[in-house]
Amino acid sequence: MTPKVTEMNENPASTPDTSTREKSTPGAEPVLAIRDLVVELPGPDGSPLRAIDGVDLTVGRGEIVGLAGESGSGKTMTALALLGLLPQGGTAAGQMLVEGDDVLKMTPRQVRDLRGNRVAMVFQDPMTSLHPMLSVGKQLTEHLRHHKKLDKRAANARAVELLATVRIPDPERALGRYPHQFSGGMRQRIAIAIALACDPALLLADEPTTALDVTVQAGILRLLDRLRRENGLSVLIITHDLGVMSALADRVSVMYAGRIVESGPRADVLREPRHPYTRGLLDALPHPDGGNAALVPIVGSPPKLGQAPSGCAFHPRCPHAVAGCAEERPNLLALTPTHAGACPIDPLAVTASKVGTP
Amino acid sequence: MTALSGTSNLTVTSKDVGLRLHDLSVTYRSPGRPLVRAVAGVSLAVAPGQVVGLVGESGCGKSTLGKAAVGLLKPAGGRVTFNGRAVDTLGLRPRPSDQRGLQMVFQDPYASLNPRRRIGEQISDAVVLAGGTRERGRETARELLERVGLAAEFVDRFPHEFSGGQRQRIAIARVLAAEPSCIVADEPIAALDASAQASVANLLLDLARERNVGLLFISHDLSIVRQIADTVAVMYLGTVVESGPTAQVWDDPRHPYSKALISAVPRADGSGELPVDLPGDVPDPAFPPTGCRFHPRCPIATDACEVDEPALVEFLPERRAACSVLAPALTKVG
Ligand SMILES: Nc1ncnc2c1ncn2[C@@H]1O[C@H](COP(=O)(O)OP(=O)(O)OP(=O)(O)O)[C@@H](O)[C@H]1O
Ligand SMILES: Nc1ncnc2c1ncn2[C@@H]1O[C@H](COP(=O)(O)OP(=O)(O)O)[C@@H](O)[C@H]1O
Ligand code: SF4
Ligand code: SF4
Ligand SMILES: [Mg+2]
Ligand SMILES: [Mg+2]
Repeated sequence: MTPKVTEMNENPASTPDTSTREKSTPGAEPVLAIRDLVVELPGPDGSPLRAIDGVDLTVGRGEIVGLAGESGSGKTMTALALLGLLPQGGTAAGQMLVEGDDVLKMTPRQVRDLRGNRVAMVFQDPMTSLHPMLSVGKQLTEHLRHHKKLDKRAANARAVELLATVRIPDPERALGRYPHQFSGGMRQRIAIAIALACDPALLLADEPTTALDVTVQAGILRLLDRLRRENGLSVLIITHDLGVMSALADRVSVMYAGRIVESGPRADVLREPRHPYTRGLLDALPHPDGGNAALVPIVGSPPKLGQAPSGCAFHPRCPHAVAGCAEERPNLLALTPTHAGACPIDPLAVTASKVGTP
Repeated sequence: MTALSGTSNLTVTSKDVGLRLHDLSVTYRSPGRPLVRAVAGVSLAVAPGQVVGLVGESGCGKSTLGKAAVGLLKPAGGRVTFNGRAVDTLGLRPRPSDQRGLQMVFQDPYASLNPRRRIGEQISDAVVLAGGTRERGRETARELLERVGLAAEFVDRFPHEFSGGQRQRIAIARVLAAEPSCIVADEPIAALDASAQASVANLLLDLARERNVGLLFISHDLSIVRQIADTVAVMYLGTVVESGPTAQVWDDPRHPYSKALISAVPRADGSGELPVDLPGDVPDPAFPPTGCRFHPRCPIATDACEVDEPALVEFLPERRAACSVLAPALTKVG
């Protein structure tokens, strides 16, 4: 018997300790605290349209928080606002604290410094963060020499270490190769290595596995989980895939039309969703264990930018909507100390509270 | 009903109804590279009203197979028949009338619709092509838009006025205008949100059930395939490694690759369980591994696997798998 593998796997048995960072102090301030974020983007006639309308979000140290919702709900804009990378003419207001410092009060220079140093990002398409014409080694070491002021030898050594951390086989040789010589999954690993180069406090991962096969996706999810466990990395993962959310996130926030409609611990949100939108997203999925029950889509589609319906923006699609829903906009209210929902007349919340939540 | 069968025992004529691939192979030639056998000997059948799922990782040959099945690519070996007649390789030519019942839906609804033409005109093309008038075509377009869950009034709108899910419905309405009895759908929902995925998947399933349309549903998303397909074929590097009734394959996969694919699917159950990864990638089909093509990634491979190419054997009625190590034990009910 000669079992053979071409890539090191992410299954826990073979985990070397590559921790380079001190463990965080528990109870310290969150790595990210977003308060009442409002993002406006210029509409076709130049007038501002609201893409994000009062979002609160926190990510603790070593925590993985998921941001879910259909396409166009404002997930990516939340991340771009944090990096000062909004589309031309876009504005952000509110507070975005990274380790206590408000990004929205920073000078453009300070924001640039924050990017890649304290906050790093990986995208759906790894080629967004990789340069096609530069070797992997060059991209990693430039980054380290520029941001970390390492000399050539130290940068090289650290680059090899980073590639080993993300499980690129034969890291020394990989340094001399170019992005196109790697598969999609390996490229995403390299993009993650570059993102980790400066020991960021926070990693923003926007649909990092959406373009990958499930087999490869599983490897990336395990990698992110390991980096959190071993290196105390904090991650905000953006995905419309609730399966990915369930595998990786400690807490989940669900976004609709630029607002958070539900948030709470993974198990609460996915097992006892309190908002009709979350419930709708879950009912649209194939059932995890058996049953040929039909998939139940949410009727209609999400509103276009600037066309959010009055009151609860979900009301035209909501199976539980009553007349008042079109008038009054519900706020995100605590249902339990950790679980919040933005639907005052949600029948699910009524049944759940009967069961006796604290 | 036998969904997927080998190349032999073609006796009964009723078996020729629908789409059949017999030992199909498709190759690509590119300068300076060896011949790429993207599909390397696949047999499968799609009967009217039947939903067959075809799953596998990126690059394993699913789209190539789909295109060859509808005559958009020329087979290098084997045959494709539709209702017993050989499917012509079309290139850009319109489909001959006896093959108009065989249609394809693509992943990208943006690319398959013309952005500058009203959707009603685009849907009615097939009616006109079949000798009908534009007025008749317009009526058909209105009916079909309602059939796919959109408003008849949309006939005068342009594709950009719709969301991705709506566009995919429009693309399906256009295909329906040709009154197909078999649709090859290549990742028809991959570009959509979960909710839109559910509604387009339901629509395709309804067509199969209500109009007796055969559906070859190509997808890398096993969980959706499991929900809608009657039978499933798992493809690896140009070959089918396992096939059978969907529920049986999902609950009791036998081939090591099917097992890996199924355990890699993350479940939205809030458990926080990480899916199992399968190291390595689909190898370059220009340089396929010797013996069993899966051996470099297979957790139970033996030295013999590098040499012997396993055959797809029927180990239980309608269930097939291609693994020489497991072959002796396969017939035991698991
Ligand atoms: N026009 C072409 N010329 C040369 N090789 C090609 C061509 N189209 C596809 N191939 C190769 O054939 C193999 C099968 O490709 P195919 O597109 O059928 O895969 P697939 O299973 O549909 O993948 P995906 O899930 O990414 O759509 C791949 O190795 C691909 O690189
Ligand atoms: N470059 C842009 N210019 C103007 N509007 C945009 C741009 N990118 C996205 N939008 C709009 O902003 C809203 C939020 O988009 P986004 O954050 O990308 O959503 P998500 O990531 O949740 O899919 C959507 O209505 C989208 O159409
Ligand atoms: S507020 Fe009304 S419309 Fe909004 S989710 Fe609750 S019930 Fe539905
Ligand atoms: S034949 Fe060998 S390599 Fe192929 S699947 Fe079976 S055990 Fe694995
Ligand atoms: Mg996005
Ligand atoms: Mg394809």
